[in-house]
Amino acid sequence: MAADSVEREILIEASPEVVWNVITEPEQISRWFSDDAEVEGRAGADGTLTWSPGGRGGDKEFDAIVPIRVVEAEPFRRFSFRWNHPEGAGPDENNSALVEFSLIEEVDGTRLRVVESGIDAVTHDEEDKARYLEEHEHGWEKHLGEMLDYVASKPRGATR
Amino acid sequence: MATAVAADDALWAAVADPTRRRVLDALLEHGEATTTTLAQGLPVTRQAVAKHLAVLNRVGLVAGRRRGREVRYTVRPERLDDATEAMVRVAAQWDGRLARIKRLAESAQAEAGIDF
Repeated sequence: MAADSVEREILIEASPEVVWNVITEPEQISRWFSDDAEVEGRAGADGTLTWSPGGRGGDKEFDAIVPIRVVEAEPFRRFSFRWNHPEGAGPDENNSALVEFSLIEEVDGTRLRVVESGIDAVTHDEEDKARYLEEHEHGWEKHLGEMLDYVASKPRGATR
Repeated sequence: MATAVAADDALWAAVADPTRRRVLDALLEHGEATTTTLAQGLPVTRQAVAKHLAVLNRVGLVAGRRRGREVRYTVRPERLDDATEAMVRVAAQWDGRLARIKRLAESAQAEAGIDF
């Protein structure tokens, strides 16, 4: 595991096929990830994820549109993509973060693991800095609480 | 600052290790503690705790103060902040997304009428 990566997993009481559809179909992606998603679940597909702070019918002026490129799509087993690269540029390891989903079939369902790496490659932009500063206005106490929650959560657990 | 995180690979590596995060967590709870005290609450040996504390000390995440024959350690929050801010945020975001994926998949599975 790279130093700047985060790994989380969760056990889902559903088949790998059902989980696969939830993580790769645009209409489903917009229910767990962004507010809107235009992306195909096939390797090499370029798309966008859109966050609309004003709601779907709201003011588009504040929409955040994030590019995404599918890297790997092995049905019911692996799905990975790069995102957060600069608009118009092709994603690579220096300008984007890599998200890798693995689906592992178990007796009780499917273990879904996600690893996001290259986080430090995408924490340089102004928006990120602004968010960083805003979060820190709430002070160290808040951050410490989050840190404790994070560390106290079960290793590899992601059930909250 | 977030940019400092990228510049300091050693700091990232120090908190990337799950056991070291547990040592940090225990130290945060104690406020100030010796290697022996920390080892009592963790499923690792005193020697392992000492090794992790040495790594954390080297990158400035903890500070040791000698009191007679023992060294008392404390967390240096300003360094912890630098090292973990992005990671904590990203981890929390994925926890939320995974929980939503779970709910969606389980209700789709239930609708399909096959139990798991």
